[in-house]
Amino acid sequence: MRARYRAERRFQLYGLVAIGLTGIFLVIVLADVLFKGLPAFTQHQFVFGVKVDAAEIDPNNTRKPDEIRAGDFQALVRNTLRGIFPEASDRAARRRLDGLLSSGAGDALRDRVVADPSLIGQTVRVSVLTSADADLYFKGLGTEITRRAGRGTATPSDTSGSIEIASTVTDFASDGTLTDAEPSQLVAINGGVVKLTEIRGNRAAGEVLLPLSSAAAAAPGSWQVVTYVTPESNRRVGDREVVWLERLKEMGAVRSTFNWRFFTAGDSREPELAGIRGALVGSALTLFVTLVICLPLGVAAAIYLEEFAVKNRVTELIEVNINNLAAVPSIVFGLLGLAVFLNFFGLPRSAPLVGGLVLALLVLPTIIIAARAALKAVPPSIKEAALGVGASHQQAVFHHVLPLAVPGILTGTIIGMAHALGETAPLLMIGMVAFIVEVPHGVTDAGTVLPVQIYLWSDLPEIAFQAKTAAAIIVLLVFLFVMNGIAIYLRRRFERRW
Amino acid sequence: MKLVTYATISALAVAGVAFAGAAEARDQIRIVGSSTVYPFTTAVAEQFGKSAGVKTPVVESTGTGGGMKLFCAGVGETHPDATNASRRMKKGEFETCQKNGVKDIVEVTVGYDGISVAQSKAGTPLKLTLGQLYLAIAKEVPGADGKLVANPNKNWSDIDKSLPNVKIEVLGPPPTSGTRDALHELLLEHGAAQIPALAALKKSDAKAFEKAWKSLREDGAYIEAGENDNVIVQKLVANKDAFGIFGFSFLEENSAQLRGVALNGVDPTYDNIAAGKYPGSRLLYVYLKKQHVGVVPGLDKFAAEYVSQKAIGEDGYLAKKGLVTLPKKMADDVRKAVLGLAPMTGDPLTN
Repeated sequence: MRARYRAERRFQLYGLVAIGLTGIFLVIVLADVLFKGLPAFTQHQFVFGVKVDAAEIDPNNTRKPDEIRAGDFQALVRNTLRGIFPEASDRAARRRLDGLLSSGAGDALRDRVVADPSLIGQTVRVSVLTSADADLYFKGLGTEITRRAGRGTATPSDTSGSIEIASTVTDFASDGTLTDAEPSQLVAINGGVVKLTEIRGNRAAGEVLLPLSSAAAAAPGSWQVVTYVTPESNRRVGDREVVWLERLKEMGAVRSTFNWRFFTAGDSREPELAGIRGALVGSALTLFVTLVICLPLGVAAAIYLEEFAVKNRVTELIEVNINNLAAVPSIVFGLLGLAVFLNFFGLPRSAPLVGGLVLALLVLPTIIIAARAALKAVPPSIKEAALGVGASHQQAVFHHVLPLAVPGILTGTIIGMAHALGETAPLLMIGMVAFIVEVPHGVTDAGTVLPVQIYLWSDLPEIAFQAKTAAAIIVLLVFLFVMNGIAIYLRRRFERRW
Repeated sequence: MKLVTYATISALAVAGVAFAGAAEARDQIRIVGSSTVYPFTTAVAEQFGKSAGVKTPVVESTGTGGGMKLFCAGVGETHPDATNASRRMKKGEFETCQKNGVKDIVEVTVGYDGISVAQSKAGTPLKLTLGQLYLAIAKEVPGADGKLVANPNKNWSDIDKSLPNVKIEVLGPPPTSGTRDALHELLLEHGAAQIPALAALKKSDAKAFEKAWKSLREDGAYIEAGENDNVIVQKLVANKDAFGIFGFSFLEENSAQLRGVALNGVDPTYDNIAAGKYPGSRLLYVYLKKQHVGVVPGLDKFAAEYVSQKAIGEDGYLAKKGLVTLPKKMADDVRKAVLGLAPMTGDPLTN
């Protein structure tokens, strides 16, 4: 007796441990995805007053939208940034400065000017996309910065180029040459910034990164020794870029906004420009095709098998096969789709239509099984009552049994759809694992789907795509939760117990 | 009843639209092939789409071999216009192409990719010869009597006293990856040849030699980390004693956390790969169907964009994406050949 109680307690304990472990794994996965993905929902932008120069964008003074659209708006933004940091005059420095801007930096300005050509010649305040590296810097992937006020009076030898700073007391850390494998030391003095390269006692030599306003002596406390804690070789943005970005931040020219672009743009190879609109629309089109095909087919098959079919060897064989089909690995359906829809019927590759057809094959067994279970759950007395008052078999099924089974059928369908929404393997074979920039407009346009987009982004070398990947996973999970939520709601709302 | 009727009608309608759509002419360039070249071709496709006024090409990632199969299957709208390849087209593939009517193929040499061995910056820096790399991850190594035995090396110091006393743990690509082919052909074959006993074997029994450098150990020292190179990067960051083998662009992108391992005394740097000094560098290719030029709008312009200075030039946007660009003379030759759409003859191809 005691042993039996012990066994029961032990079993309950196993159960609790299993639930606990599953819960922990789930929490870890969700926390990881959220932690990585949430930063991708915001984006940093520079806010500049850009002078819309007619010479750059409309040299012939036509003011025609087509002419303006072809203008070099990127150059306008670039020139504005170069105007803020005129000291970046040589080619290498300019290239580094341009690197702070996204290659789509001029897009917002272009849209505004095309819509309102009267802006040409004026100075317009616009938001400008930062490059992925600059964006990551502001999101904390840069370096910790510590500042210490200078204790002595410091005198710079010049205002630009390679200069020397002499302090009256020992203000700089250890003697020697500074390399990029140790924390960077800089001096902010007289409105400029100097990167130190060598320290000898009270004197330090360095390169001016931001020009000083004068070479006058700075009183104690009016200048600072700034340390970028992460060594330059261990981060993506160099000291120069950090100085520029920090200066822009001080000027109030940096703004963090919600990343609408993520939901309105198609795929791109630039992380800051990439969005999931194409994949969302592709998923919607694919699921639409799947639903349109497998709901009527599945329900019709279920009704026939459950209510009309004669029970014999053949129908039994069909039943067994349907159950087996539900367990076939999804890649097999992809191969089938390749052989039948692409090679035999000659349908276009990468099209949501073919994706939908393949996924319909995949979820059809699930829907048939769910629909049959729902039909079976309707008490026979209802059908018998209908038959008893003189309804035909068909009338009894369609007027009485089917309406009562609808909630169950819908639940099964939605769960089948959610399954289809998360599939990638069968789509690989029919060419939907592809880089597609344009948002598809119809079921025969090339398109991709959300899980495929996640897979493709996860494989790219750019670091910023990791956040995009996680953000896309969050969107996919939200859709799955919503679909499952609807299924649960329908079940609760319309379920009837007998 | 009505519901079912409507649904059936709409299903038929969708099917109808589909067949009508299939008969329409294709106005979009379609590219298939290697996942290694994918990041570069997609970048070109995007730039091309922004400037050329035609639809942005669709680029599929199917792997080099799968891409060749699709590319060589025939001429016409249902077949892709170009394929990416992380190795040169093989003779057999060229012959299949010819047989299926794909007569004129334009070969675009895009640039170099280096497969690099890397480790976390937190680990002890390591320099390896290719022979040492072979002894670390090959399935069979020569024993004391020169005969092949199962690889007994547990720690790096078992291979050579000068190497650290740390467990051998190398993460690398699975057999389906093009990078795996490069690992065998660029690194391990040469590594095996550096070992005297194997060099002798190469002379006496070429087949056995080939088998030796084509097999990797399966006892846990070499770990297949999947097609996704980012997974290897993350694992290296988490484990300072592990080493990873992946494409150079991933090393460059993650240079804040990872350090390249020098092979035969040469560091995996951009300059060393471009100069051909680094042993793990290979050429990347894109193949175009000349017969589709003029049929699919913009294909010739796409080729021109790919070989333009702003794409594959030293300061081009592909260099920013991690491509190691061709030396100037070679790039000029490639540009000339591609702009003239000179078809390849298939003579120097190997199997």
